[in-house]
Formats: sequence, C-alpha cells, structure tokens
Amino acid sequence: MAGISGILGGVFGGAREERPWRAAFLVGIVLGPFAVALFGGTIPAIELSAAWPVLVLAGFLVGLGSRMGSGCTSGHGVCGLARGAPRSVVATLVFFSIAALTVFAMRHLVGG
Amino acid sequence: MPVVVSSLLIGMVFGAGLAISQMMNPAKVLGFLDFAGNWDPTLGFVMAGALVAAIPGFLLAKKGKASLLGGPFRLPTRRDIDSPLVAGAAIFGVGWGLVGFCPGPALAALGSGLWEVFVFVAAMIAGMLLFRILPVK
Repeated sequence: MAGISGILGGVFGGAREERPWRAAFLVGIVLGPFAVALFGGTIPAIELSAAWPVLVLAGFLVGLGSRMGSGCTSGHGVCGLARGAPRSVVATLVFFSIAALTVFAMRHLVGG
Repeated sequence: MPVVVSSLLIGMVFGAGLAISQMMNPAKVLGFLDFAGNWDPTLGFVMAGALVAAIPGFLLAKKGKASLLGGPFRLPTRRDIDSPLVAGAAIFGVGWGLVGFCPGPALAALGSGLWEVFVFVAAMIAGMLLFRILPVK
C-alpha cells in the first residue's frame, strides 16, 4: 500500500520480490526535484535550523513512529483519508495536533 | 520490469510535487504547523489538492479488480483503533514538529546534498529498523 514510510520500511525487511519496485519508487522521489529543475522549475531551498542532536532525535522518532503507527503524512494523511479509513483519520488528527504542539513548544515556550 | 519503471516514474512525480509545493522545505512545513506564530496556511492547499487527486483514484481501485499493469489492488482492511496506531502517530508527530521533515520530503531533499538531510534520513531508517525488533506490533 502507498505511503512513503511503508515503502521505505519495506525495502529493509518487506517481501524480497517487492523490494525492486519499492527501491525504484524511492529513487524516483530523490530524482523528482531534479526533473522539476530540468523543466525550468525551481527546487526549493532546504532550510533547516535544528542542531544535529535534534536532527538525529527527530529522524529517529519519525522513523519509529511512522512504522509503529502504520503510516506517515502520505500513507494516513493522503491515501488513508482519501479512502475514508477510520484508522487514518485518527492517526492524522493525532500526528497533526502533536506536531503543532511540538512546534508551539519549541518556538513559543523554549525558543520564544 | 514495467512495475519497476512505473514505480520510478510515479516516485519522480511524487518528488516533483514535493518540490513544486515546497513541502520538501522543512521551514515551510514548520510555518504551516505554527498556528500560534506567523501561520502559513499554504501547505493546507497541498494536502487538500492531494486528497482531491487521490479520492477518485481510490474509488476506481475499490471498483476495479486489477491495476493498469495487471497486479491486484491491495488496500488495507483494518478498522480497529489500537494503541500502537495512536502512540506511533504521536511519536511521529513529535519528530515531524521538531524538524519539519516527514519521510517523503526528507528523501526528496537528499538531492540537496546537505549533510543535515543525510543525518535525518539515517536516523529515520534507524528508527524504522528499531521498530522491526520491538515487541510492539
């Protein structure tokens, strides 16, 4: 099923015969922005302000959480909501609220 | 082979979408999540647009028996709301809010060559691998 966390997770342990298409899809995501540039579009700047320990922690949480919760922004937020899946409605509400609270805490309580 | 080629192309379309919509820029995502600050609602249109595009596709998939390439559609069937779903979504939300990267945009941003993106993606894969050995399933 679609969803980037599932496709990426499946490359490292999913069914062997599924690995080629998963890997091809992931390579495509990396190439996609270059295709935009090729057709005259602009690749947006990648603006990251987090220090490396925060990057490590956040990456780890995103990887762990998306697998435990069976999906990420694309899997639950787009595919799941588009199918009207109740699990995805719950997951999307949870990760959106928690992410917004995290940003609030980091920007207006800690960093403010 | 057709499946691999079409996967590559569809991945590229997805990556292109993340670039055009600027969703691959973490600062843009954090601006969208910052309701209390200078809120930037534009990524909401990206999300809504993605849904508008995806809904007819899934309606077709529900009706049809096989994809254009002949493979069967495999749609998730679970409907139970269990604790790993909620806990996982919450953990994911903290990580997403800390940096502004979720899995797709992080991969799309690898092409920038920035070391920070590689650190994030490596940690993300480590988190995924850890889940494989956790008893929470």
